[in-house]
Amino acid sequence: MTAGVGIEGLLRELAPQALGAVTRRYGHFADAEDAVQEALVAAATSWPVDGVPEKPLGWLVRVASRRMADLYRSDEARRRREDLAASWSIAPAEPAPAADDSILLMFLSCHPTLSPGAAIPLTLRAVAGLTTREIAAAFLVPETTMAQRISRAKAKLRAEEEPFRMPSAAERGERLASVLHVLYLLFNEGYATSGGPELARTDLSGEAIRLARMVRAALPEDPEVAGLLTLMLLTDARRPARTDAGGELVPLAEQDRTRWDRALIAEGLALVTEALRAGRMGEYQLQAAIAAVHDQAPSHGETEWSQILALYSRLEQLTGNPMVTLNRAVAAAMVDGPGAGLTLLAGLEERLGDHRRLHSVRAHLLEQAGDTAGAAAEFAAAAARTDNLREQRYLTTRAARAVTPPGP
Amino acid sequence: MRFMLLQSYGETESRCPPVTEWRPEDIRAHVDFQIALNAELTQRGELVDAQGLAGPEQAKFVIAANGSGGAPVVTDGPYPETKELLAGYRIVDVESTERAVEIAAQVSAAPGPDGVPVRATIEVRQVMSAPDPEV
Repeated sequence: MTAGVGIEGLLRELAPQALGAVTRRYGHFADAEDAVQEALVAAATSWPVDGVPEKPLGWLVRVASRRMADLYRSDEARRRREDLAASWSIAPAEPAPAADDSILLMFLSCHPTLSPGAAIPLTLRAVAGLTTREIAAAFLVPETTMAQRISRAKAKLRAEEEPFRMPSAAERGERLASVLHVLYLLFNEGYATSGGPELARTDLSGEAIRLARMVRAALPEDPEVAGLLTLMLLTDARRPARTDAGGELVPLAEQDRTRWDRALIAEGLALVTEALRAGRMGEYQLQAAIAAVHDQAPSHGETEWSQILALYSRLEQLTGNPMVTLNRAVAAAMVDGPGAGLTLLAGLEERLGDHRRLHSVRAHLLEQAGDTAGAAAEFAAAAARTDNLREQRYLTTRAARAVTPPGP
Repeated sequence: MRFMLLQSYGETESRCPPVTEWRPEDIRAHVDFQIALNAELTQRGELVDAQGLAGPEQAKFVIAANGSGGAPVVTDGPYPETKELLAGYRIVDVESTERAVEIAAQVSAAPGPDGVPVRATIEVRQVMSAPDPEV
């Protein structure tokens, strides 16, 4: 136990371990999750008064097991309950290895039948050990609404009756992809809202990184797991420079790179190098590699754009995602001039239609090409189509700046 | 995705009279409908907020003074263009635009006099979110 973590931190750490232990013994993940929640609430109430028990994990598992037993009142369940109660009172066994349990819990709470909107809060509670109140506050919804969202997610899982064990080798690829996707979205949710007036929100990016570290501890050989963790670390490293003192967005090109977190970058670079050595290229590794090139560049202009262009080309082949093509156009413009980028965009119109990102990339490229009127119109078009306030402010400002040369 | 569903005092498709002219049991049924809908949206994990606003009689219209130091211009209600005023709103957090529209259709079908659906126009507006991490 780490000194000074406090009871809250301790509970957060123990929550997935307790849930893993209870699910292992009783099955029924959804009910076990309810029972462990109650045990955590009981602990949060009594430990500050009575002191932390000698074996805190055993305490939580015991209280949750009692609650589990109460849930099953049929004769058969009662017999089992009595057996279990006896076994607990005779030998309060220390629960099974926690790292294994965390990944099993992650596979359950990021089940492919759940939408990300349901999987994210469930994962935060079941695996990250956050309380419903903390999760509700992070997503700015009332606690009752969030509690219902989590129960509905669990009701869906109940219908699946998934056993508490590693998915079969045939299934594992798809299941892991689902876990990584949920963590990726969770990280983005936190990263996008970091800084400015939202600073008080729970650090969701930090939680995503913590969970990705758990997955990596359980699956150290998987290069895509390492790729995702690296992508998070290398992106998070730029966070201090991403907003200015007023909370406004600072684009990559204009960020003060001395404010980037060098320790995170070093850790990320070591990880990505190791992952790429495995020779099994994937989406997250490629994105991590791109982030690595940016993070090693002394300035925007001195970035190895040809390398970034090559990486985006591979990512485009792998995913066929038009948003990747959009990023490739930006890189192509840096290597071969704005004309090359604009040519790539022309082919995208049919696939992306009236997308705001298409407008904003075109605006930047037109500006580079010296077409200020065209750039202003495209910045304005992007601003009208964005669904977020800070980006809208940024784009509106750029539209104005494109036609008005900066003052003395 | 977060949406605000807005309802004004404008004329409804069913041409029903203002709520002040309804019979008490019709008002009761309407209020019960709203409460049940909110409970359903909470149960689905979608409701963020739902509020009705105090009547236009209590509305104030405020405009800052022209130039510095002056007092703002405050106009008390009632206001001639009452129909344009907001009557109430819901904020929902849903998986898709389609789902927000579906909820809006439910809201629009709230019962009026004799239980006939009011068919009010519900304005569905997406609430701004946070920017892409790539920016």
